[in-house]
Amino acid sequence: MSTPFRTPYPTYNVLDKWDSPSFNDQTREVIGRRLDEVPPRRFFDAIQWATLLAVCNRVIPQPERRHDERVPIAPWLDAALHERRGTGTRYADMPTDRRSWKQGLDAIDAEARVRHGLRFAALAADVQDAVLKAIDDGDVRAGEAWAGLPPKRFFRHLVLKEIVRIYYVHPAAMSEVGYGGPASPRGYVRLGVDAIDPWEAPRGRWPGENDE
Amino acid sequence: MTRPVGAASHGAEVRPRAQGGRAPDVFSRDGTVAMREFRDSDAVDFAIVGTGCGGGVLAAKLAEAGFSVVALDAGPFWRPLADFASDEREQDKLYWLDERVSGGEDAIELGSNNSGRCIGGTTVHFQMVSLRFRPEWFKARTKLGYGFDWPVDWRTMWRYYAEVENACKISGPISYPWGPPRGRYPYRAHEVNAAGLVLARGAEALGVAWAPTPLCTVSAPHGKSPPCVYRGLCKIGCSTNAKQSVLIAFIPRALAAGAEMRDLAMVGRVETDGNGRATGVHYHRSGEWRFQRARNVVVSGYSIETPRLLLNSASPQHPDGLANSSGAVGRYLMVHSNHAVWGEFDEEIRWYKGPPSMACCEHWNYVDDHPTKDFFGGYSFMSQGPLPTDFATSMVTNSGVFGMDLRRRMANYNRMAGLKIVGETQPQAENRVTLADEADEFGIPRAHVAFSYCDNDKRLYRHSLTFMRRMLAAAGGRNIFETESTAHLMGGCRMGLSPDDSVTDADGRTWDVPNLFVCDGSLMPTASGVNPAMTIMANSARIADRIKALAAAGDL
Repeated sequence: MSTPFRTPYPTYNVLDKWDSPSFNDQTREVIGRRLDEVPPRRFFDAIQWATLLAVCNRVIPQPERRHDERVPIAPWLDAALHERRGTGTRYADMPTDRRSWKQGLDAIDAEARVRHGLRFAALAADVQDAVLKAIDDGDVRAGEAWAGLPPKRFFRHLVLKEIVRIYYVHPAAMSEVGYGGPASPRGYVRLGVDAIDPWEAPRGRWPGENDE
Repeated sequence: MTRPVGAASHGAEVRPRAQGGRAPDVFSRDGTVAMREFRDSDAVDFAIVGTGCGGGVLAAKLAEAGFSVVALDAGPFWRPLADFASDEREQDKLYWLDERVSGGEDAIELGSNNSGRCIGGTTVHFQMVSLRFRPEWFKARTKLGYGFDWPVDWRTMWRYYAEVENACKISGPISYPWGPPRGRYPYRAHEVNAAGLVLARGAEALGVAWAPTPLCTVSAPHGKSPPCVYRGLCKIGCSTNAKQSVLIAFIPRALAAGAEMRDLAMVGRVETDGNGRATGVHYHRSGEWRFQRARNVVVSGYSIETPRLLLNSASPQHPDGLANSSGAVGRYLMVHSNHAVWGEFDEEIRWYKGPPSMACCEHWNYVDDHPTKDFFGGYSFMSQGPLPTDFATSMVTNSGVFGMDLRRRMANYNRMAGLKIVGETQPQAENRVTLADEADEFGIPRAHVAFSYCDNDKRLYRHSLTFMRRMLAAAGGRNIFETESTAHLMGGCRMGLSPDDSVTDADGRTWDVPNLFVCDGSLMPTASGVNPAMTIMANSARIADRIKALAAAGDL
């Protein structure tokens, strides 16, 4: 579990294409705002916010990045809920997204206190992981805190889903998986197996291949 | 819903763009084209609610036939060249994100996978897979022993497939391996990307046919559309206009022929008079409720919004909702099961390049008797090219993986390939749209959607998983895993041969209200094992011609 994360594409940065034909004006506007205008907390209260930060840190741990280089996730979750952005779906066995998130973060915290006598944010990382795995298994002990909120559905379809939907649109995440990223007006020419355009990530360094 | 979702061009989400006698020129960054406008008090020949595969196609053909047409859409009127960013989150603005309640034993996801909200409808974000029904499916009950018969002959539909495929300049193979001969596709097939070649390799290993997918994006210039540049972001909106969405292929035709488009116009109710005839639609635009008079009303809101609107238009003459004397409004809702297998390869596939599904296999749509075939209906499957968040969400919602495990698995993104089905589900009365107890911000009751797979649906997708797992392994895939999801919507206001068990006749005309039509995917009596866009468009083109014939006969 504790082996460090290593991207196959250590030299690739999708933002190097910023001034190339891969980026059009509207894409620069959108991604520029994502990088420069991280929204303030407006929706969650301070305790929920601390829990959320801790959850994001376990779902997408970023130990290899300096603190100020880490991709912010919680602020965008907060902003989407504050702005009532919507997801299109509310499962009939769940409250609205806004109520589910607040209740769910409170319930994660309650789960930590029932199991370990501490707030979730105060637990060690491996203990936090165990709490989240238990929730994903539907094995919850803070019964009342979960009333009307199915733990597994909450964890997978709101927590995990919305966190990865924010993380993997960040240029740092695009770069670490070798995704081509923005591509308009210029797309791609080489579509075949192992065929790489010059404006894509160079071939990855894969475990077991002689790149050391 | 007037809160902008996007950061770029959010004005289009707040203020109507089609007004003052001008509408956006979709081929420009900021230009406009002339648009005829009607007054609310004008009783137009047709008020059409929705502008996608149903309403967009119909508006163009009816306006070209000389009818006065106002088409209303709840969503914005985009100019793709200026408004569409290469960004998954920004492009959420294409989807119907307003809350719907999803229940049943297999509650479905609603939004990016099945619901659009803009002029042009879901075709603005569809993946462009352009397949035809197998002929026998139009008589599924009689010929194959399941589902329902369509009130339309397959040869008629075949002609309309050719019409809409030509209108969209479908790029496809010279010879297609399944079904009766069809003419050449208008444009040559695209080069198959590496993700598609994985499917090809697997199919050849297993001894089944495959084909380059007929796609609704041009492989050579067409009009003001440049050829596809394989940017691979098709599912979040084509920013070059190579994709022949309804916004590109039909809306300009409709405007040129004198139809009016009203963007950001949410229709809340179809009004009927004391004789039970439709008189027009109540719609919300620019902060106020208005009423457009019409001689005929066409509801083209797709499988959730169409039944929702009809159910919300109850009146003393129609106490259970408009056109619902059969009780069929909202019922027989279908989805496509979207089960998939994914594997890692030694090569770098880089499936983000090119349209997401460049190779397809319809083998199991055309096999009826086989020792392993333990289900009715069929499925096709295609090669895959999910964008990063799309792939990540399917992994986490299916497996619960998180932490470094998740980041490591996502780092294999460029060496992944996958196969995903479009799996037929059976029409079931209890899979349905009803009105929830709560209202949206317009005061309109929200839709409640109930969906459960039946045993046949489950046998079908299990069969597909077994078969695709073998195929992906035969192509060299390792560490294969499965995911499930759904896509597309079909049914909910089905057409049929009898007013007892269907909402409309073969012309899309409701049995109960002679000047009220339905024209969209909700008419589909069965779901089929192929993506529905071309079938909905072909059926809409056919209904347009039927309406013209009814008018000519004085029967409108």
